Amino acid sequence: MSRPDKFIIDGKRLDGRLPDQLRPIKIEVDVLKRADGSCYIEMGKNKVVAAVYGPREAFPRHIQDPSKVVVRYRYNMAPFSVEERKRPGPDRRSIEISKVSKEAFEAVIMKELFPRSVVDIFVEVLQADAGSRTACINAASVALVDAGIPMKGMLTSVAVAKVDGVLVLDPMKEEDNFGEADMPFAFLIRGGKIESVALLQMDGRMTRTEIKEALNLAKKGAMEIYNLQREAIMKQFVEGGEENA
Amino acid sequence: MRKIVLPGDLLASNPKLAGYGTYVEGDKVYARIIGIYEQTDNSIRVIPLKGKYNPSAGDTIIGIVREVISNGWNVDINSPYQAFLPVSENPEAKPGKKLNEVLDIGDAIIAKVMSIDPRMRVTITMKDKICRAIRFGRIVAINPARVPRVIGKKGSMIKLIKSELDVQIVVGQNGLIWLNGDRKKVAIAEEVIYIIEEEAHTDGLTDRVGEFIRRRKNVQT
Repeated sequence: MSRPDKFIIDGKRLDGRLPDQLRPIKIEVDVLKRADGSCYIEMGKNKVVAAVYGPREAFPRHIQDPSKVVVRYRYNMAPFSVEERKRPGPDRRSIEISKVSKEAFEAVIMKELFPRSVVDIFVEVLQADAGSRTACINAASVALVDAGIPMKGMLTSVAVAKVDGVLVLDPMKEEDNFGEADMPFAFLIRGGKIESVALLQMDGRMTRTEIKEALNLAKKGAMEIYNLQREAIMKQFVEGGEENA
Repeated sequence: MRKIVLPGDLLASNPKLAGYGTYVEGDKVYARIIGIYEQTDNSIRVIPLKGKYNPSAGDTIIGIVREVISNGWNVDINSPYQAFLPVSENPEAKPGKKLNEVLDIGDAIIAKVMSIDPRMRVTITMKDKICRAIRFGRIVAINPARVPRVIGKKGSMIKLIKSELDVQIVVGQNGLIWLNGDRKKVAIAEEVIYIIEEEAHTDGLTDRVGEFIRRRKNVQT
């Protein structure tokens, strides 16, 4: 892959999207039988599976917290998920993503209800295009709801990038690799409104006004994703109703 | 179709109404789990559709012995926490009788939750007339969140199954159900329970289940 000369031609991006348009999203709930909650998501070319186990007894015992549940989050990329084979196992990048994502989820899970236990969240990236951490958070959020874990609300995540001086929503690989800045967000959505920011990272440079603009752009995208997340969860119950009709 | 809510959905703006499955923040009531929204005159609650069993005192449960220790048994009760059954709470244990001869690893028991301390250490008891060690019959496992539907309103569903099929049933709040009786009838009852689990969120379930049982009985006779 080489750097394209121009990212935006006639107001349209390399893949034909407008700057404030998301990639196509597909969400499936309850895809894994053994997990307490699971979700498969496609955000553009990203393909991610999330599995949630728990609350369950925490082992090894020393990680138990007598006052609240422990959250474990594992972000992992499959060796075949990128163009050049990735060495399997955790590396600096995936450990960092796991940590920040875990902290985002710790803010929404009602931890004090299950002392001494652990909630395990596993997300596996099967195919990566830019923004895999946002896809992972969206998938994990749906899987947590599917597992019936008490939460304050739902997390929805989306990134904003800057290419050719223009802010673009949900960047794809070229925009992420060769853009001027990339900023993933995760929001806590409650009562149909964005309540707070649960995760914010940035790489590259943006001005203060651009950051404000990026936030608004991300909020708009997040609401669209939130509605898709909801729809996916609700769908399993509608189908169940039709089966016996 | 009843309304299904997700965590974070705004349910009401009167904190006095908050019931099970909800939480209050800043004078507003929100759902905290996925479930069915239910409103009565003085409360709002969310009946869970998913989730693990969370023990509460007085529940009847079915457990499996995992460990025999000097003063009792550790029992798996299908929840995030293991339960402890002290020797003094098992009427079958007599002085001079070895503990593993009373209950051994892998044995199933019907018991009641006696107490839970703030650190979620669960103590169970077998001092109740329905409590006993299970030595025969069949145990069916379902999602604990669906247990209320298997029991039905004031026990209507369980009564229906019992009267139609003439099988013994003990429903553990933790999602394990013990069935005993004629083999073929137990097989039908098991199927029925899986149907209830699958369609727990739909209306008119009791009628459909009744019809299903009658149809299955006719096929076999």
